[in-house]
Amino acid sequence: MTSQSHNDPAAVHPPVPGIDVEQIKADFPILAQEINGNRLVYLDSAATSQKPREVINALLEYYRKTNANIHRGLHTLAERATEAYEATRSHTARFIGGVQPEEIVFTRGTTESINLVAYTWGEQNIGEGDEILVSEMEHHANFVPWFELARRRKAVFRRLPITLCGHLDLSTIDTLINGRTKLVAVSHMSNVFGTVNPVGRIARLAHERGALVLADGAQAAPHLPIDVKALDVDFYAFSSHKMLGPTGVGVLYGRRELLESMPPFNFGGEMISQVGFDRVTFADLPHKFEGGTPNIADVVAFDAALSYLERIGMEKVHEHETAITRYALDRLSEIQGLEIQGPQDTSERGSAISFTDPDIHPHDISTFLDYKGIAIRAGHHCAQPLMKFLGKVATARASFYIYNDRADVDALVDALRDMRRYFGV
Amino acid sequence: MMPLDEMYREIILDHYRSPRGRKPLDAATLTAEGHNPSCGDDIRLEIELKDNILKDVHVDCKGCAISVASGSMLAEAVKGKTFAEVSELARMIRLMLKGELDDPPGDIGDLGALAGVRQFPVRIKCALLAWVTLIEGLDKYAGGHPDGTIVVTSEHDHDSKKTE
Repeated sequence: MTSQSHNDPAAVHPPVPGIDVEQIKADFPILAQEINGNRLVYLDSAATSQKPREVINALLEYYRKTNANIHRGLHTLAERATEAYEATRSHTARFIGGVQPEEIVFTRGTTESINLVAYTWGEQNIGEGDEILVSEMEHHANFVPWFELARRRKAVFRRLPITLCGHLDLSTIDTLINGRTKLVAVSHMSNVFGTVNPVGRIARLAHERGALVLADGAQAAPHLPIDVKALDVDFYAFSSHKMLGPTGVGVLYGRRELLESMPPFNFGGEMISQVGFDRVTFADLPHKFEGGTPNIADVVAFDAALSYLERIGMEKVHEHETAITRYALDRLSEIQGLEIQGPQDTSERGSAISFTDPDIHPHDISTFLDYKGIAIRAGHHCAQPLMKFLGKVATARASFYIYNDRADVDALVDALRDMRRYFGV
Repeated sequence: MMPLDEMYREIILDHYRSPRGRKPLDAATLTAEGHNPSCGDDIRLEIELKDNILKDVHVDCKGCAISVASGSMLAEAVKGKTFAEVSELARMIRLMLKGELDDPPGDIGDLGALAGVRQFPVRIKCALLAWVTLIEGLDKYAGGHPDGTIVVTSEHDHDSKKTE
């Protein structure tokens, strides 16, 4: 990046038409506060996003007007709650490319969605000598469940390697996915590198050899238009809380015939059809996987988050974030010594940017930035195998969303410069 | 003084930039290693013991400013002290960091600068890493395991289980 473009960033990075970030910022009450006397600059959306007023209001409204248990009650509130809950399911099904609502299972989060597959489909279908292929850029939620499943079932846990540039190394994938491979687990977007992985290509290869594919969409679903049928994945897992919705709501998409073949996960409540003293039958999809009283209020409020994103349009969301990411990569590269992880090409990556300073530990970076009102993440990002690969113990990570603009990037860059002066390096 | 300046005092930054005790020992009696998985800080202490006295200490810390500075101060502070004196010092530093002493005790020199860390609870474990490692190493030594490297894992292991 030259100093010329720095002087006139607008000429190089024009704002995305149709996105009014000032208006969007105003929709998020939490952003209108100061931290240590500075405007809050929230750059930790890869950990969890902030929530717009509509989502917060949807939660309040639900408890004020609707609250009841679902599917069992025969009164007005129960009907209203059931309808709102199931409407969110249909909405979610439309949001990820128009699948059937029965193919959407609500869980507590991405981690639980992945564990659900490992403990049901995995236990049923993985045996001794079978192979599970997991990429080295997974965070723990899409790594440990498969590692443990392989251990329990005496299966072979294989690693899909990564390159130093932060891409999957697909050069040996023809042998890594073979006749013994039963499952390939891969993130759609890395939470450390920001890399968007070629999930569709991997899925085609896997299916040719009879393996299934689970994609971890926790980082992708908030930022990209998602079409799970076009991606041709068998399972897709993501969380509400990273995409403007409440915490405690995860989504598992599974192909209908797979979900039908899988045993239940939690026993009790809504997943039961009939219970006798000698026989128990389970409910149809998707309720078979939703034992107990689910997180009704938060699921209902998730509907408002999906509507908010749709009103902007996921193409626009992606376009805006690509512009911000490009601007951030260019501006961060102006800081001498700063090492930025992951692809430089914004067509290959999303908006999570990990970086390290040669002289200042990520935790000191985080503490200093927080003092300036800037929230980032520092640590191993629950991706310790990846950190080991990088030879680092931790990185600092700034991650962007629809409510971030170039002024936020400028605040980050200015603070990082101040930080180097402060620490005398 | 702003809380940030109280944590990153000039004394702390000086120890961070020029850590003391970097020279490896020729005759280490005891080696203790500590690791803090939540932030990835690693520390390795070599100690030369004679007649229950810490004759010399080597500190190799890879980590944040606070953990490096705390290790550097440790190297200066414990030399020539007995087990009991070092344990008492570590106890006072812990109390100071946890805010259970109003003021730093008068006789701990540069270590008093660590008091600023108490306003940043998530960073207290950084300041304690060197001390926890030292005390656990000495305890194991005293318990009859003087041979080889004593690997001590910091008390903050549970933080590594946090997920995103």
